[in-house]
Amino acid sequence: MKVLTVKNLNIEFGGAKVIEDLSFDVEKGEVLAVIGPIGAGKTVLIKSLIGLIPHRGEIAWSPGIKTGYVPQRMDIETDVPLTVREFFRLRGAEATDKKIAETLAFVQLDHEILRKGFGEISVGQRQRVLVAWAVLGSPDVLIFDEPTADIDIAGQESIYKMLYHLQKNIGLTVILVSHDLNVVYRHAQTVLCLNRKNLCFGAPKEVLSSEQLLALYGGEGAFFDHRHET
Amino acid sequence: MENILLPMIVAAFVAASASLLGSFAILKRMALVGDALSHVALPGMALALLFQFNPFIGAIAFLFVTVVGIWIIEYRSSLSLDTIVGVFFTASLAAGALVMPEHDLIEALFGNITDLTVAESVFSITLSVLLIVLILSIYKKLTLNMVSEEMAQSIGIRNKRLEFIYLLAFALAVALGIRFVGALLMGSLVIIPAASAKNIARSLRSFMTGSVVFGVAAASIGIYISRLYAMTPGPIFIMISSGIFITTLIIRQLRKPLSGRAS
Repeated sequence: MKVLTVKNLNIEFGGAKVIEDLSFDVEKGEVLAVIGPIGAGKTVLIKSLIGLIPHRGEIAWSPGIKTGYVPQRMDIETDVPLTVREFFRLRGAEATDKKIAETLAFVQLDHEILRKGFGEISVGQRQRVLVAWAVLGSPDVLIFDEPTADIDIAGQESIYKMLYHLQKNIGLTVILVSHDLNVVYRHAQTVLCLNRKNLCFGAPKEVLSSEQLLALYGGEGAFFDHRHET
Repeated sequence: MENILLPMIVAAFVAASASLLGSFAILKRMALVGDALSHVALPGMALALLFQFNPFIGAIAFLFVTVVGIWIIEYRSSLSLDTIVGVFFTASLAAGALVMPEHDLIEALFGNITDLTVAESVFSITLSVLLIVLILSIYKKLTLNMVSEEMAQSIGIRNKRLEFIYLLAFALAVALGIRFVGALLMGSLVIIPAASAKNIARSLRSFMTGSVVFGVAAASIGIYISRLYAMTPGPIFIMISSGIFITTLIIRQLRKPLSGRAS
């Protein structure tokens, strides 16, 4: 069953094409990894999926699908007057103490963290809090924009383990932006190579040939040449 | 000293609603907008005085138009809000100052809450209470919107509508507060109590509570002192608020090495 169909998606910023004629779809319960070089439009795509960016073309979620979103980064002052518990409570009535405790266990965070300031916890901890926050709303699809460099390798590994666990146990569909091909090979059923256009789409082992990666990440000028066409 | 209780109560309520709104202006880092909004009220009041209708109505009308303008600029154009605010709003202060008769100008710039009639007082208190209720009913959404618009959007909050409601509430608070501290100092009524609270608060609850407590305390004490020494209450309020701000700043600095705030 399809949860999302994207057809002929086009996004422009001030005349510059950021996403061009992109089409793909997402099956229920799968992990779709979006990969591509910096500036390829990955975060823009993610934001358009949750309705934050105006676009042309079709982004159609199946009826009744609930999405949870984990942003790539948040610009938070370290002294923002907001505790982690209060941050959960911002969701409204569904953020009961019991549910908060459950989701904290999911993301393997200690209960103690609830009393800390949202701005003073580490970037890695905040990432987990954000995942927990998104999962708390019992989404059908989790949209996860991976941070580039802020989180240590060990921290990242366990976040993927956790996402994998969620996908397996509660049938969560995951759309994630990833910079790590190992993650893609290990956890994703489908990969979308994006560099403004859809360069490849399919199972990682089938579509991620070395030529494809070369084209995607700009080896031999494949990507730069394309840019000049616009 | 007769009749000091009513202005004190009015000032306390007006300050409570303004500082509650101010805590979100601080979170959103839009302190300047609050300041600018108060300047816009001035030509509205000047026109009201010229054509002899209630200055509050004139202020509200101008503020409303401005709020719609700010909202449109933020969403429909790529112009920097700061620039617009800096140029246009100071110009409206100047225009207001030119049009307004001199005696009224001093009052409009620095405020005078002590000559409010009973009806005006009741009106101010009622409107303040309504504003407080409104803000308390949307504060979670507002906070989320200010922490991350994207996450707010992701759980179905309509950011634009929410920001518009907030700006409208802000405009109302400004129109109310102008009577107390005047157009020139209005920005401080909104910002200083919240800024003081932020110095020492770690949670949202203590931040909002602290902001209101500081605002109300400074307002009531300000009215009392101004009556005692027959001075204009607005500037005294600002001086007391600034005193509170400096105190909280010192507390914050003293705490810093102890709590070992990293990064």
